[in-house]
Amino acid sequence: MSLLSRYNASLSDPAAKSRTCATTGLNVCLGAERFIKLNAVSAIVFLLLGGIAAILLALTRWQAIHLLPVDWFYRIVTFHGLNMLIFWILFFEVAILYFAATIPINSRLFSTKVAWVSFAMMLVGAVMVNVIILRGQADVMMTSYLPLLAHPVFYLGIILVAVGTLIGVFNFFATLYIARRDNTYEGSLPLVTFGAAAAAIIAVVTLLHGAIVMLPTFSFSMGWTAEPDPMWYRMIWWGLGHMSQQVNVAAMVAVWYLIAYLATGAKPINETVCRAAFVLYVLFINLASAHHLLVDPGVGPAWKMWNTSYAMYLAVLASMIHAFTVPASVEMAMRGKGHRRGIFGWILALPWRNPAFSAAALSLLIFGFVGGITGVTLGTVQINIIAHNTLRIPGHFHATVVGGTTLAFMGLAYYVIPLLFRRDFIARGLARIQPWLFGGGILLVSIGMSFAGSMGVARRTWDIEPAGIYGPAAHLFLGVMGIGAIIAVAALLLFVVLCVGTVLFGVRNNGRAMADWGAAQTAPGAKETSLLHDHWGMKGTMALTSVFLLCFAVYYFANWKALADVWPVR
Amino acid sequence: MSLHVPERDWYKAPAGAEKLWIGVALLWCFVMSLMMPYWHFRGKQNADSETYAVEPAAFMERTERFVADNRVGEIDGVPVVEPPPGGEAYLLARMWSWYPILKLRQGETYRIHMSSTDLQHGFSLQPLNINYQVIPGYDHVITMTAATAGEFIIVCNEFCGIGHDRMIGKIIVE
Ligand code: HEM
Ligand SMILES: [Cu+2]
Ligand SMILES: [Cu+2]
Repeated sequence: MSLLSRYNASLSDPAAKSRTCATTGLNVCLGAERFIKLNAVSAIVFLLLGGIAAILLALTRWQAIHLLPVDWFYRIVTFHGLNMLIFWILFFEVAILYFAATIPINSRLFSTKVAWVSFAMMLVGAVMVNVIILRGQADVMMTSYLPLLAHPVFYLGIILVAVGTLIGVFNFFATLYIARRDNTYEGSLPLVTFGAAAAAIIAVVTLLHGAIVMLPTFSFSMGWTAEPDPMWYRMIWWGLGHMSQQVNVAAMVAVWYLIAYLATGAKPINETVCRAAFVLYVLFINLASAHHLLVDPGVGPAWKMWNTSYAMYLAVLASMIHAFTVPASVEMAMRGKGHRRGIFGWILALPWRNPAFSAAALSLLIFGFVGGITGVTLGTVQINIIAHNTLRIPGHFHATVVGGTTLAFMGLAYYVIPLLFRRDFIARGLARIQPWLFGGGILLVSIGMSFAGSMGVARRTWDIEPAGIYGPAAHLFLGVMGIGAIIAVAALLLFVVLCVGTVLFGVRNNGRAMADWGAAQTAPGAKETSLLHDHWGMKGTMALTSVFLLCFAVYYFANWKALADVWPVR
Repeated sequence: MSLHVPERDWYKAPAGAEKLWIGVALLWCFVMSLMMPYWHFRGKQNADSETYAVEPAAFMERTERFVADNRVGEIDGVPVVEPPPGGEAYLLARMWSWYPILKLRQGETYRIHMSSTDLQHGFSLQPLNINYQVIPGYDHVITMTAATAGEFIIVCNEFCGIGHDRMIGKIIVE
C-alpha cells in the first residue's frame, strides 16, 4: 500500500475527477468507476435472465418433469447460451478491463465517450438479440450453424455486441497507453492488469473472427449475397466461440490472483512464471477452434492433431502452471503467517467464511479437477468420437465457464460491489454460503450431464424417449443434473438478490472503511515472515497437484479404453 | 502483490518445486500430444474425415440408386438395404429421418457415405456412442466395421429444427 500512496497525489490528468477509496487507499477514477458499475450491473441482469432460462432447460431435460413444450425448449436453449456465455461474460469482462487498467495503476479512463459508445452498442445489440429470440424468429442455438437461418436482427445484434466489446477493449488499451505515457506507475504492470491485458489481446482476435463470420451471414440473411459454406462457417465461428473461452480463462485466472492476494496476502512465488503462463495463452490458443471440428468432414487428421496439440497443449501447460502457482502462493503466505502444521494445516486456517475467497477456491478446484481434465480429454481427436454433441460437452463446459469463470466473477463481485457503490454488503451470512451452494449445484449439473452423455444422451435435445434406448441409469443422471440445477439456480438468484439489494439498500459507508469479509490471520504467537525464498516449502500444493495429475491421467486413459471398446471406425 | 506494481527485480528463472512442476506438466502435455498420432497409426478408432464435395441433389440420386440396387426389405415404410460386404453404402440425413435402414454383416467393413440434403445433422450410433458430423455439400465417408450383432439406433445429435428429437434411424447387424 505504501508504494501506491506515493502516487496518490493526483491522477495523470489534472482535470480528471477521482476519489480516494476509504477502504483500500487506492485512487479511483470516477469515470472508470461509473462504467465498471454500469457494465457489472448489466452483466448481472443478463446472468439473471440466463439463470431463469437455465432452470427451465434443466427441468425439461429431466425427463420426469419435461417442463417446456418443444418450440420453447429450443428457443430457451438459444436464449440461455447467448445471455450466459456472451452477454453475462462479456459485460463483466469489460468491467474487469476498466478496473484493471485504472485503479491498480492509478490511471484515469482514456475516454468516457468511447466507454458510452461501447456500452450502448453492446446493450442495444443484446436487447435486439433477446427480443428476436423471444419472438421466435431465431430458434437457431447460439451457434446458428448454417444453413439454419435466423432473422437478420439476430446477426445484427451479435455484430453490435462484438463491435461494442471491441471498442471497450480499445478503451482498455488506450488507458494503458496514457498511463504509461503519463508515468502513473513505475516499472511493470501489476499481475492482474497483465492478465487482463492477455485476455484483452485474445479478445481482439476472437471478436475479429466474430465479425468475419457474422458479416457474410448477416448479408446472406438479408438476401444480398450467397450462402457462406457451412463448414467454413463452423471453422470461423469456433474461432470466435472457442477463443473467447480463453478470454474467460485468462480473466478468471487474473481474478484468482487478485482474490488470493486480497484474502490471504498471497504473492506470486515467481512473477516471471505467472506472466509467462499468460503469454502462453496468447500465443497458443489461436487454432483451438479445431477441437470443435474433430469429427467433421473436410478437415484432415493431420490438421486436427496439429491444431489441437500445438495450439492447445501449451495453453493447457499454462493452465497447469497457474494451477500450481496460485495455491502455492496462498500456501506460502499462510505458512508465512505461522500456519505450518503438517502438509495441509494451512488449509484449515484459510478464510473459508469469506465468500470471495471460497468462490475463488471452489472455482479453481472445479475448473481444474472437472472442467480442465474433461476438456483436454474430450478435445483429443479420437476420444471426441465418443463424446461429440453428447451431453458430455455441456457437462464439461458448465465446469469451466460456470463452476470456474462465473463463480470466480461472483467472488470478485463480493469485493467490487461494496467498494464501488460504497455500501456495506447486506445479508452477509447468506453471502457466505452462496458460493458453496452455487459450486455444489453446478458440480452436480456437470456430473449429471457428463454421465448421461457417456450413456449416449445427446445435447440440445428436447425429448430422449423417441429413441427408445435410454435406460434408468441415463434418467437417473438427468435427475442428478436437475437437482443440481435447482440448487445452482437458487444460489444464482440469491447472488443477484444480494448484489441488487446491496446496491439499493446497503448501509452507506460515508468515508469509513468497508466492513471486511475476513482475511487470513496470523497464527497466535507467530510472527509474519516472508517465505518467498523457500522454493520447496509448498508441500500441500505439491500433494494437491500430484493428486490432480493422477486424476487427469486416470480419466484420460480410461477414455482411451472406452474408445477402444467401440467398433473400428475411420 | 498481484494488485500492485511488482518489485523491480521480478524477472527470475523458476526454481525448486515450481520448476519441477513445469517440467512434469510439460512432459504430460507431450504424452498427450503423442497419443493422437500413435492412435492414428495403431488405434482402430479414428476420425480421418475422408470427404468429397457433393451437391445435395447428386447425393440424393446416388442414395436412391444404392437403395434400388441393394434393397432387401422394408420396415415401417423405410427400405432396408444390404450393401455388399466391403462395399459402399449411403446414408442420407434430412429433416427428420435417416434414409435408408442399413443391414450389415457382423465382422464386415463398409464405407458409409453420409451427407445431408438440408441442414446439418449429427450421426450418433447408439448404444455404442459413435458420433460424426453430417454437413450438406460434404460427402463424409466413414469406414466402419460392424463388430457386434444387434439392432443399433441412429440418433440425430445436431439441432435440426422442431423434429430433431424424432430423427431416429437404424442399423441392423446380423
Ligand atoms: C446456473 C446454473 C446453470 C444451469 C442449471 C444450466 C443448465 C443448462 C442446461 C440444462 C443446458 C442445456 C443442455 C442441452 O440440452 O444441451 C445448458 C446449456 C448451456 N449453458 Fe448452462 N446452465 C447454467 C449456467 C450457465 C452459465 C453461467 C453459462 C455461461 C457462462 C452457461 C452456458 C451454457 C451454454 C453455452 C449452453 C449451450 C447452449 C447451446 O447448446 O446452444 N450456463 N445449460
Ligand atoms: Cu437431424
Ligand atoms: Cu437433429
